[in-house]
Amino acid sequence: MTTTPLWEVFIRPRNGLSHKHVGSIHAADEVMAVQAARDVYTRRGEGTSIWVVRSADIVASDPDQAGENFEPTADKIYRHPTFYEIPEDVGHM
Amino acid sequence: MYSQGLIGADGRTAETPEFLEAFQRRVDAEEKIEPNDPMPEGYRRTLVRQIGQHAHSEIVGMLPEGNWITRAPSLRRKAALLAKVQDEGGHGLYLYSAAETLGVSREQMTEELHSGKAKYSSIFNYPTLTWADIGIIGWLVDGAAIMNQIPLCRCSFGPYARAMIRVCKEESFHQRQGYEIVMTLAQGTPEQKAMAQDALNRWWWPSIMMFGPHDADSQHSDQSMAWKIKRFTNDELRQKFIDATVPQAEYLDLKIPDPDLKWNEEKGGFDHGTIDWDEFWRVVKGHGPMARDRVKDRKVAWDNGAWVREAALAHAEKRRTRKMAAE
Repeated sequence: MTTTPLWEVFIRPRNGLSHKHVGSIHAADEVMAVQAARDVYTRRGEGTSIWVVRSADIVASDPDQAGENFEPTADKIYRHPTFYEIPEDVGHM
Repeated sequence: MYSQGLIGADGRTAETPEFLEAFQRRVDAEEKIEPNDPMPEGYRRTLVRQIGQHAHSEIVGMLPEGNWITRAPSLRRKAALLAKVQDEGGHGLYLYSAAETLGVSREQMTEELHSGKAKYSSIFNYPTLTWADIGIIGWLVDGAAIMNQIPLCRCSFGPYARAMIRVCKEESFHQRQGYEIVMTLAQGTPEQKAMAQDALNRWWWPSIMMFGPHDADSQHSDQSMAWKIKRFTNDELRQKFIDATVPQAEYLDLKIPDPDLKWNEEKGGFDHGTIDWDEFWRVVKGHGPMARDRVKDRKVAWDNGAWVREAALAHAEKRRTRKMAAE
């Protein structure tokens, strides 16, 4: 059986917001993918713009590397404003 | 929109106790599990089967209602029914896409539906004999589905939970349009009211069977509850549904066809009569009045659509080669 390619669908809910992943869709090409995404994911005014990208073209970080990739940020508390003590008299900063 | 107690899942798994405990801790901490996370094979298999059954139910669920689109009594009703059936198709696709994140393909799931290996909600193996059935389906069948689905929005598996949030948002229109149809009939001529009552008589018991076997007889509930795939037991959900629905029937002056139905002050809910589980299992096993037609219709649709899928792929290929030649 020939498999119809899988596409990931991203929708911009309204101008001013970024496109957000909403799910996926099967379609033979990019034109039909946009049409199908419109029918499946925007039946009630969910969006003003659609992006589709072939699922096979997405490059993702390796879930097995999640520790090495993302945990080091947890101990770098000096990257957050609350790390620094500013006297109250100085006011809002 | 439709789900029922999971039929035939097998939650067994063969991982080390340490792995299973670590996984359970994540679930207990209400952490969502995402597709690439390590998960017990039993968890994955249970979800593939449950989401697959759920998706098939949406797709097969289009058939009994589609039966009445051309015969809807007004343009308003026809437009609403078309939109509802289109929603069911959409819900099926959200769910197939959630199941596909677990490494099963939509083609494979479709084949399993057609071969009878995969189940779908047995409620669709009952026929839609009159227009009143369309109202009753929206009111009761979608109502029961909503009871099942709201807790699924908090399911531990991220893609399923996200799909269910979309589904639930759309589902409330379905129930309201159904209730409005039944209300119009119930407040109409005596013949119309009788038609509504007849449909209620036929759909009431199958609707409360949608929640699946009693807790004591439900083999898969415990593991699914522990994994937070399920949040309430079959009987808890059934009770909520009955308590919500009885006053709605009273408002319409329609009678729930259960002589044993009565308010139980102590538990603060209704007691109901004995459910005919023989009928339930007969229908689950494919002996429902419409079972053969439903799967046959899906196969015919799939086979008749084969040339469209092939043509679409050939067209895409042609465009791709032309574009490459031009570059």
